[in-house]
Amino acid sequence: MTDLPKTAGAKKLGLVIDLDICVGCHACAVNCKEWNDGGHMAPLTDLNPYGKGVDGVWFNRVHSFEAGDHECGRTVHFPRSCLHCETPDCVTVCPTGASYKREEDGIVLVNGDTCIGCKLCSWACPYGAREYDEIDGVMKKCTLCIDRIYNETMEEIDRIPACVSTCPVGARHFGDLGDPESKVSTLVAERGGFDLMSEMGYRPVNKYLPPRAPMKQSAPALAPSEEVAAKGFLAWLDRMLSR
Amino acid sequence: MHPALSIVFFTTASGAGYGLLVLIAWAALMGHHAPQTHFGITGLVIGLGLVGAGLLSSLGHLGHPERAWRALTQWRSSWLSREGVMAILTFVPAFAFAGFWILGGRIAPLAAWLTILGAVLTTICTAMIYASLKPIRAWRNPWTVPIYLVLALYSGALLAALLLNVHGLHGPFVAFLVAATGIVGAVLKLGYWAFLDGGQAVSTPETATGLGSIGKVTMLDPPNTEENYLLKEMGYRVARKHAARLRSIALLLGFVVPVALSVLALYVAPVAATLFALMAAVSGAIGILAERWLFFAEAKHTVTLYYGASRA
Repeated sequence: MTDLPKTAGAKKLGLVIDLDICVGCHACAVNCKEWNDGGHMAPLTDLNPYGKGVDGVWFNRVHSFEAGDHECGRTVHFPRSCLHCETPDCVTVCPTGASYKREEDGIVLVNGDTCIGCKLCSWACPYGAREYDEIDGVMKKCTLCIDRIYNETMEEIDRIPACVSTCPVGARHFGDLGDPESKVSTLVAERGGFDLMSEMGYRPVNKYLPPRAPMKQSAPALAPSEEVAAKGFLAWLDRMLSR
Repeated sequence: MHPALSIVFFTTASGAGYGLLVLIAWAALMGHHAPQTHFGITGLVIGLGLVGAGLLSSLGHLGHPERAWRALTQWRSSWLSREGVMAILTFVPAFAFAGFWILGGRIAPLAAWLTILGAVLTTICTAMIYASLKPIRAWRNPWTVPIYLVLALYSGALLAALLLNVHGLHGPFVAFLVAATGIVGAVLKLGYWAFLDGGQAVSTPETATGLGSIGKVTMLDPPNTEENYLLKEMGYRVARKHAARLRSIALLLGFVVPVALSVLALYVAPVAATLFALMAAVSGAIGILAERWLFFAEAKHTVTLYYGASRA
């Protein structure tokens, strides 16, 4: 059913991404591709993978931006994936019911057996979270690693999305953003986590944590050293080099 | 947005077909045309044919056309689904009207009214597929639905004028309709283009990344060095000079030439009038195809903000 769940469940599983920490290594994107190529929405088809013009389906892509100018300016690495919005149009525009939002945990999924590949959901997503698989003829998207997080054959520590498990710097967090007491909700509250394009009204579940303000420089900038008059050979050298 | 030819053809052909069906049903209701005239028969066949061809063409856009029937299920939330349902429902009164007209030799008023209603509602649904998409400012605005409606009626009127001339029926009414809808259509398009050029989307690279509090946001590195689905589908760019030229073509061939020819046709011999009507219809078709192609090609999507666009 492409109607959104009438009673939104209390549970809202999602990611919190720390833009202060992310180093832009793309490991999350690579591990996402690796896991999901055999996961719920598999395969993540690649077109012409070893030639020119390589193209393929990715659920997670890491952009790099410059924000601000001069001493306030900084480089921010920015992983972008499905935000599992609370009121996503990608679900309601679907003419077949293949695109749906789960009532129990808020995860947005595509049923690859009923998707007709009309691409309308990808047009309706402001964030570019959905990618069309030309070989399968259906739309694909992040599943929040639904086949890991509920996977009882895995160690409990591994029951987190592949992108979170692989992040070498701990910039990605997974949890229940519907629970105000959860670790991720606390993190969002403490660090001022924000929504992307809140003006669209899709109410993303995933949150981003802003880069911290640069630390104030405590030591004064180095003063130019005092000129000491050179003598003898050094004076000659100084004259020669100053020409 | 990528201008898929299957969709460009679908929206223009089915629009013209519905416009023609509306005009024939309306003319019948007003008593302008008795049943079983050749004009009516060919008009109904062409109208229904264009609608059917357009719908079939839209299936060509799908990754799984064999599953297309599933698209009729989600009419409660999806404009695409509503459009599919309305298109099929409209065939019922349209075929009933055509059947009574051609075979029964009489006008079925209820079927005629329902054909008109169905054609209008289906065209609104088609337009709403685009007008409901929040990430695309060029589509989600008050111009989209009126333009789809007026251009459908206008292209239907151009076809009706041609058919009337071919069947030796010359009269000022259809020429007047072509001129009126053509002028309204051109004015709407000019207004739409002024709207498109005159403002920009609320979303910016700053809101897309949430980094606006630091300062202006520009892309340093894209996530991948090659094109991907998002860039091919949503990042389609048409050069500004090409867009400007195509707008002129759309305006000139789509509106100015057909309206002028249709009016001139009133003052010349029947053979020349038929030739003028043919030229008007061909010119109008080329112009409206250019207009519809631009409707897609000029539309910018917010995902491009993540790929270096400074506005969407």
